[in-house]
Amino acid sequence: MTSNSSGLDVARIREDFPILHQMINGKPLVYMDNAATTQKPQAVIDALVSYYSNDNSNVHRGVHTLSQRATDLYEEARTKVRVLLNAASDKEVVFVRGTTEGINLIAQTFVRNRVGPDDEIVISAMEHHSNIVPWQILCQERGAHLKVAPINDDGELLMDEFEALLGPRTKLVSIVHQSNALGTINPAAQIVALAHSFGIPVLLDGAQSIQHLKVDVRALDCDFYVFSGHKLYGPTGIGVLYGKEELLEQMPPYQAGGEMIKSVTYERTIYNDLPAKFEAGTPNIAGAVGLGAAIDYITNIGMDRIYAHEQDLLTYGTECLSGIGGLRLIGTAQEKASVLSFIMESAHPHDIGTILDTEGVAIRTGHHCAQPLMDRFGIPATARASLAFYNTKDEIDLLVKAIDRVNEVFS
Amino acid sequence: MPGLNDLYQEILLEHNSKPRNFKIVEDANRSADGYNPLCGDQIQLYLKVEDDTIVDVGFQGTGCAISRASASMLTQSVKGQSVERAQEIFDAFHSMLTEPEVEVDYDTLDDLECLSGVSEFPTRIKCAVLAWHTLLAALNGQSEATTTE
Repeated sequence: MTSNSSGLDVARIREDFPILHQMINGKPLVYMDNAATTQKPQAVIDALVSYYSNDNSNVHRGVHTLSQRATDLYEEARTKVRVLLNAASDKEVVFVRGTTEGINLIAQTFVRNRVGPDDEIVISAMEHHSNIVPWQILCQERGAHLKVAPINDDGELLMDEFEALLGPRTKLVSIVHQSNALGTINPAAQIVALAHSFGIPVLLDGAQSIQHLKVDVRALDCDFYVFSGHKLYGPTGIGVLYGKEELLEQMPPYQAGGEMIKSVTYERTIYNDLPAKFEAGTPNIAGAVGLGAAIDYITNIGMDRIYAHEQDLLTYGTECLSGIGGLRLIGTAQEKASVLSFIMESAHPHDIGTILDTEGVAIRTGHHCAQPLMDRFGIPATARASLAFYNTKDEIDLLVKAIDRVNEVFS
Repeated sequence: MPGLNDLYQEILLEHNSKPRNFKIVEDANRSADGYNPLCGDQIQLYLKVEDDTIVDVGFQGTGCAISRASASMLTQSVKGQSVERAQEIFDAFHSMLTEPEVEVDYDTLDDLECLSGVSEFPTRIKCAVLAWHTLLAALNGQSEATTTE
């Protein structure tokens, strides 16, 4: 189980994840639904317990010791995110509920006032619904148009066609860094450079890339990057919006209430400085603390080693699944993360999912909140095994065995 | 844990591979689209109702083996039945899947009983009932049915 070229001791790593050690339907759990959410190491669980056991209080403004401790922990978590993303300042790290809230925040406070009739917003053909619908609503409201950059049959963005969509009317490029349904890793730096050459700001949806890739927002030069903590081995309900400071400064608040103000009278309210301006109300303090613990955990292992092991798994998994008769992989990009989306001639994805579950193998089936992408491939759904660094080649063998069972049932 | 064989019984697999009444009823006077937003399964159900009797029925659409087989069996069981009887079959079928404490009405259900194993797979109940909710919608003059149960 431990043999891999990345030097990761996966057997030991698995010990850090208590949930992995259980039987499902009489079989050892093989958890391969990591694109939906990742499991939590003991360090994250302990951080949540410790926070609520020892440090819980409301943040900021309190003069008592616990409030100071909670504030320190919350702000330390922000610094950890800043270091992880290589942002220039803690002010550029806004805590939100998740990727979806981050995108909606940008739609409402950055894009809304910039788009008018016949302006355009450019996305790609492999977006999650959360990076389609907010723009659709905005475009309808403002009389603007949503433009979709096409992809090829391997699930790769067609860069020439993407470039052709850019112009003076384009007010934003919002594009997924890594596709949740296909695994495709988009050439983010190139996309940003291209958009910037037209003076167009770029939002990267990092919901998937954050768990697989080393993300350096300054190297990418993206204007915004959003991700969810629960896909980075942290808790649910906490996420991050990174934005360049000069842009965040220009933007009005998203929600109004406590925390986001400096002073309030009935005549006038002065908004707080960044990032508090965007964090109205009591934030998810425990969530931020848990995310901080998750960042410590993966930083300690090393994103490079995580990437190397996951690429090993991807290569092995692709090889194994390609050898199964009647199975077709959906998403075969050159640059790809450890996501194996597939369909089978014999069975519908939901039936595959149920049969795999009886073998203890947890995968996701359906349209993966990317219905237009499914339409692009002319299929209603796929079965998707998404692998994390705690997965092993032995588990891929179990996946293959479970898929063989599908063919038996539907023979 | 119920076995896979309870779920994917031979008769179900047979209906999946060779669905009955998989057709558009050209002279239908009732129809509805059924859609399961959670998984994307969709079905179009066509009925020809004359003098309160379902004289013809057909369906189209895409879905998993369970939703397809269930739709196929639905068409067999309601064809030639009165609207009232179709409602009774719906009730018995729905109860078999969602109310384990209620005794199964074998007389009414007949072959449909082979879908009883679905009740042991809560995430798949919505697949089995999609066609049935679509039937009710069509009979009630609604054009759309949605299941998420």
